Amino acid sequence: MSTTIKPLQRTNDFVVKFANVNGSGSASANGLFARAILRMGVPASARNIFPSNIQGLPTWYEVRISGQGWLGRRGGVDLMVAMNPQTWDRDLAEIEPGGYLFYDSTRELPKSRFRDDIFILGIPLTAICNREYTSPRERQLFKNVMYLGALAFLLGIELAVIDQLIADQFASKQKLIDANYKAVRLGYEAARTQVGAPIGLHVERSDAVGDRIFIDGNAAAGLGCVYGGATVCAWYPITPSTSLVESFTDYCKQLRHDPETGRANYAIVQAEDELASIGMVVGAGWNGARAFTATSGPGISLMQEFLGLAYFAEIPSVLFNIQRGGPSTGMPTKTQQSDVLSCAYASHGDTKHVLLFPQDPKESFDFGALSFDLAERLQTPVFVMMDLDIGMNEWLVDPFRWDETRGYDRGKIMTAEMLEAGKDFGRYLDVDGDGIPFRTLPGTHPARGAYFTRGTSRDPYAKYSELGSVYQANMERLLKKFRTAASLVPAPVVHRAQQETNAGILYYGSTSEPMREALSQLEAQNIHLDAMRIRAFPFNDEVYRFIAEHDFVFLVEQNRDAQLKTLLVNEGEIDPSRIVSLLHYDGSTITAKFISREVASRITASNVKPMKKVAS
Amino acid sequence: MTYLLKPKLHHPSLAPNALGYTRRDYEGAISTMCAGCGHDSISAALIQTCYELDMEPHRVAKLSGIGCSSKSPDYFLGNSHGFNTVHGRMPSVLTGANLANRDLLYLGISGDGDSASIGLGQFAHAMRRGVQMVYVVENNGVYGLTKGQFSATADKGSKSKGGVVNEDSAIDLCALALQMGATFVARSFSGDKGQLVPLLKAAFTHGGTAFIDVLSPCVTFNNHAGSTKSYDFVREHNDALNRLDIFFGKDEIVADYAPGSVTDVRQHDGSILRLHKLHDSYTPTDRIHAMRYLEERKALGQIVTGLLYMDATPNTLHDNLNTVEGALGILGDKALCPGQGNLDKINASLR
Repeated sequence: MSTTIKPLQRTNDFVVKFANVNGSGSASANGLFARAILRMGVPASARNIFPSNIQGLPTWYEVRISGQGWLGRRGGVDLMVAMNPQTWDRDLAEIEPGGYLFYDSTRELPKSRFRDDIFILGIPLTAICNREYTSPRERQLFKNVMYLGALAFLLGIELAVIDQLIADQFASKQKLIDANYKAVRLGYEAARTQVGAPIGLHVERSDAVGDRIFIDGNAAAGLGCVYGGATVCAWYPITPSTSLVESFTDYCKQLRHDPETGRANYAIVQAEDELASIGMVVGAGWNGARAFTATSGPGISLMQEFLGLAYFAEIPSVLFNIQRGGPSTGMPTKTQQSDVLSCAYASHGDTKHVLLFPQDPKESFDFGALSFDLAERLQTPVFVMMDLDIGMNEWLVDPFRWDETRGYDRGKIMTAEMLEAGKDFGRYLDVDGDGIPFRTLPGTHPARGAYFTRGTSRDPYAKYSELGSVYQANMERLLKKFRTAASLVPAPVVHRAQQETNAGILYYGSTSEPMREALSQLEAQNIHLDAMRIRAFPFNDEVYRFIAEHDFVFLVEQNRDAQLKTLLVNEGEIDPSRIVSLLHYDGSTITAKFISREVASRITASNVKPMKKVAS
Repeated sequence: MTYLLKPKLHHPSLAPNALGYTRRDYEGAISTMCAGCGHDSISAALIQTCYELDMEPHRVAKLSGIGCSSKSPDYFLGNSHGFNTVHGRMPSVLTGANLANRDLLYLGISGDGDSASIGLGQFAHAMRRGVQMVYVVENNGVYGLTKGQFSATADKGSKSKGGVVNEDSAIDLCALALQMGATFVARSFSGDKGQLVPLLKAAFTHGGTAFIDVLSPCVTFNNHAGSTKSYDFVREHNDALNRLDIFFGKDEIVADYAPGSVTDVRQHDGSILRLHKLHDSYTPTDRIHAMRYLEERKALGQIVTGLLYMDATPNTLHDNLNTVEGALGILGDKALCPGQGNLDKINASLR
């Protein structure tokens, strides 16, 4: 080992990456590791990096520990837990100089397989397992738990915290609890005897976590659907959206059975394909249920025809799009924000759809619940635009809250009483000037309020019509309705720079957390930007004002073609040169490092300094 | 089609049914089908069925896909909500509607292009799932709105109006429905209201997935010599299995048939289907027998009509999902929202 390199010394600020083999049972031990850090009051975030495969391929779990509370991906690795020989070389290469390599030293490796600027921590995990356990399955599973014990010694994680987590996880299964305790201690002792002392990376108890919770976006969104009053879910399995429906199913089983009869207040159907799943959602929405589907880009492509029908026939429906790398099958297990345009203008003909952009699991819950109110109020499809990073990774977020005084907004539904009272019913009649007509639900009244729903053009009273003027008036009303939507969707969130500045930066979705950190990094370099997080389409006027009041704005996106910029330029008739795109689309989670580097390089290149507004 | 407006005044002697509705209350807008179209006869049969079953018109939801047949729901049950959906995708929309409100009666109207060509997948899966509905295919073997192309139910060797011979094998929707698990499968002919109306009544009271394939000749594009879906061809090759009467609790069952020639089947709602056998050996409660019989007769060039199969105690999608009574769509906040107390517990489990 080189004598010039000093081992990294960091407390509550480092990255640990686990390199595992898919299907080896490592996920449980890795999850325990992240939770133990949190239980010690130290903020942490975790990311799964995995292939489209069930067993045998490489998979990684990256944990960033940040006492300061930066929860985006940092990039780089300080401690690599290299449990997968297949990826040894690339895993080794990722370690920061002065960083650490933890590996199973049962089989001796030649010196050439290591680097001389990192510190090696070898523990003969397999040998210990073979000595302690007889069944191959036990040997495999407890090897994972054992490295958790070893890391506890090396990093200073309290054993009592791990014990409690294990007790929580296995509830009353005392045999399993004891077996896991044993494995943790075997690892802990092995590290003590092999390495001797804790390393320079250290977890120190803190109180920076507060009452925050640790959950992935799909689980949160599934719960949001329960709270939002969804009763019908039709879906087709597709990565990375599947676990959203699994979450909805689990929470429904817990929370949605009639206390007296035990019967279900919900219906979940796995359809034969995405065409059928959106068809069922449209049918249920037409018939008065709060219905949703969860899918990803390829599913959205298949649903196009129905989305045009739902837009034109004005049927409430909710779609969760957990975006992944496209086009085509693309990168099914990698993250992107590349379905913005295919959702905003989904289907043939002139259409515009409501999109919501949650920033994390907390907003996936909030927007998930809200989407049903919006869909029924606006009688149109609403897309909750998540991505794999939000959906499939556990994030540290504020706890969920529900305003008990809030009632569901079921929108404009004409009841039997209203019809009986002689109220004029025109299914596509704009009675309130907001572009939103009344609807009746099937079965409402024996003689009034029935109408024929169709995707062909019709007059305000739902009578078939091919008259150009009738068609056009209806299309204009749909535009008016879309303008109404702009006032109902979540407004953008603005973060003003500490100093007055002529430049702004726009972002949305999962870019939010790294952006928070990037802004702080840029500030330290004396680069000041006003920041705005866009939370929905149609855009609030505030978004256009923000762009107008700056000389130029950056727009950070996780796609190749600057899709949100296209949408902004198109809808707001904005001079494209006023928006500078910063695009990250290799499928990995965007980092603060990327954002601040890209911003800084462009600021320097454009020679705009200092970033101060000239007094006019 | 007719160009005359329907008279608003009804004949005073028009008899009301038990609910006080006359036949007119079950009618819809004026048909825009070609004069003599089989589809109009099916609409008339549906009107008669609903009237005679004393159905509340607004308790029916009628859904269709795209095509001539799918336009027809506009022409009957004007006081029912209708939904003209997407080509070939009516089954999924109907399934969703049914999930939202199990209390309505669902009538799916489709065509052979809609169900056997573009929509074969959705047709098959809807039959599998036990969706409670009456699914009628108005089968003419041809695309009317696009002027006479073959559909997937056109028989191999049959000839189009322009003289083109169909070389592709035909899809038999009844055979498919049987295989997929439909619990009521029948075939009929638009020109035989005496057979069709009782079948529709039985289908509406069946309580499970009821499928009826109704041969419905296209007078404009598929009623010529060489067609196997013409009025003449269907009449000549019709192999009727049985005649059906349906009796409800209030009805007196009059036994005026020779012993052995009738079979009674009690449905889940207590109604009785009386089958007058036209073929001695046929048992419509034996699915495997039905499938074999259908194939055998098809090989002889015959069109088997009548009740092919029924399961008197069908299981439905809602049974399988164990959903609550009543419409899911009308459940309020109280039943649906678990509140902050439960959320606190969930939050606590995520720390």
